[in-house]
Amino acid sequence: MTLRVNDLKVYYQTLRGDVHALDGVTFDLADGEIMGLAGESGCGKTTLGKSLIRLDSRMKHVGGTIELDGKNVPIADEKAMVPLRYHEISLIPQYAMSALNPTRKIGRMIKDLMKARGVDPASIEDELHRRLELVGLEQDVLNRFPIELSGGMKQRVVMVISTLLNPSLLIADEVTSALDVSTQRAVAESMVEFRDRGFVKSMVFVTHDLSLVYQMADTIMVMYAGHVVEKASAKTIVNEPKHPYTQMLISALPEVGSTEEQGRLEGIPGKPPGLLDPPTGCRFKDRCPLAFSKCSERPPLVEIEPGHWAACWKTG
Amino acid sequence: MLELKNVHKVYRVGAFGGGRKRAVRDVSLTVEPGEVVSLIGESGSGKSTLGKMVLGLFRPTEGQILFEGTDITTIKGHAARKEYYRHVQGVFQDPFSSFNPIFKADRVFEMIRSTYYPGVSDADWKDRVLDALGTVRLDPDNVLNKYPHQLSGGQLQRVLIARALLLDIKLLVADEIISMLDASTRIDVLNLLSDLKERGLGILFVTHDLSLGNYVSDKSVILRKGAIAEMGPTARVFENPLHPYSRHLLSCVPQLHRTWAEVDAELAANPPEDVELPVAPDEESAPLVEVEEGHFVGINQG
Repeated sequence: MTLRVNDLKVYYQTLRGDVHALDGVTFDLADGEIMGLAGESGCGKTTLGKSLIRLDSRMKHVGGTIELDGKNVPIADEKAMVPLRYHEISLIPQYAMSALNPTRKIGRMIKDLMKARGVDPASIEDELHRRLELVGLEQDVLNRFPIELSGGMKQRVVMVISTLLNPSLLIADEVTSALDVSTQRAVAESMVEFRDRGFVKSMVFVTHDLSLVYQMADTIMVMYAGHVVEKASAKTIVNEPKHPYTQMLISALPEVGSTEEQGRLEGIPGKPPGLLDPPTGCRFKDRCPLAFSKCSERPPLVEIEPGHWAACWKTG
Repeated sequence: MLELKNVHKVYRVGAFGGGRKRAVRDVSLTVEPGEVVSLIGESGSGKSTLGKMVLGLFRPTEGQILFEGTDITTIKGHAARKEYYRHVQGVFQDPFSSFNPIFKADRVFEMIRSTYYPGVSDADWKDRVLDALGTVRLDPDNVLNKYPHQLSGGQLQRVLIARALLLDIKLLVADEIISMLDASTRIDVLNLLSDLKERGLGILFVTHDLSLGNYVSDKSVILRKGAIAEMGPTARVFENPLHPYSRHLLSCVPQLHRTWAEVDAELAANPPEDVELPVAPDEESAPLVEVEEGHFVGINQG
């Protein structure tokens, strides 16, 4: 088991009180697993991704543990996290295109980065060239400034840099959202390739686009308002979702080939609850057609079939 | 109703405007009342530029844009332009920046009233607003008297469409109006567009997402580097894509129930009919060839 997250609670501190962005998140990630983390905006998916590597100053670790390869990850301890970052846990940030230093050539930036992490840049040079070639970039990019690269090229450069030290866990946050469809496919496929070649052991792929994670992820975890709603293999989530939220979300997505005349798709009425003072019990209950009295208690995340977890009183 | 005839747009680029960039190349298309036309393309395909030219925000470098027979570049003067916007309105990608955060969201309705309907009585106006909100399926209690930050993106987007409906609108330019919305509310806005179509509104739907373009539109136009790659009835373009670029795009779109490998296999098993693509005689024109009724393919730009 690569990653084991148990009852993780991370709140944002604001002047009006704590925002319960992650409220008891539990899941496991196996070796070699690519997990798609999907949900609407404000569901906590990016917060979860960030919590696994670095809490910013507004984020407060309230409870729960994270274990990576059997070792505890001390996320609240800024100093103790430093040796883990990049070596063990790495991140491709949202808007990776603006993550590159505009005043440094790519090659120079990578050297600086390696020195800062205590790695001799010469020792990884061959590997760097090999990996650039693998994602279809020429070595020449190392002598260029970020502004000279296209969006897809920058994304691939960041991908190569993030995985250069073979981290155990890679968090990819909305890496393909700003790309055109054809570049999107190339980037997504090279991420799978990186996993297959063992450059990263496992990956959390944060996205709002379910049809994209279906293409590349082994499992999909769906979040709603700070809670985990359902986790199962990608095929199961898309074809036989059990939780009412997942079912409604999947059926609201138009597909290539579906037209309004063939059948009108319906959205989910209402909007997610505010997390400053979240409702008790199931957080989807106000929008859920199946809600009943028991939903005022929080449903536990239970394994309803091997590898298929859902948090709903009606599916248990 | 709307007709574009060989429209070109060339931007001046570079420090002193010395460079030239052809953003739209020889585009001709029409939008009829009650018809949704999707303009689909990747970034840099000229789809937004086309939308903005129809809205009169840019002037075409060459060619004509006719709205009900009048060339819109000949519309001069405040009163005439105001009259044009009574019939043609746009809604844009980011609903949050379409509103002034200092004022309440329903101020946009008041602006329409003071500009276009100063003579209408309070009670009458209120009825019209409620009617428009009903059409876009918003509960007036939820949106009136609220600030933009209190509303969701989907609600704001529908408020903007309701605003357009208060006018005597005939053509709506919807530029990526759902790409910033969440999956669960997206479909409501799409369904609304199809309701409006039933009422006889023509809609120019600009999008980068093929599956969204497909859901709602009657006609699809796939753009590549400013020129039309393929244009035709939506069902034909998606079932029988003939241009190599359309096929490439379709193979890259992530689909919910089919993997890329499956789509690749399917496209390979159904090779396109042998279509001879037109060849452009020069750098500027982009001729189309009609392959079947109403289904056109354009030049191959590699």
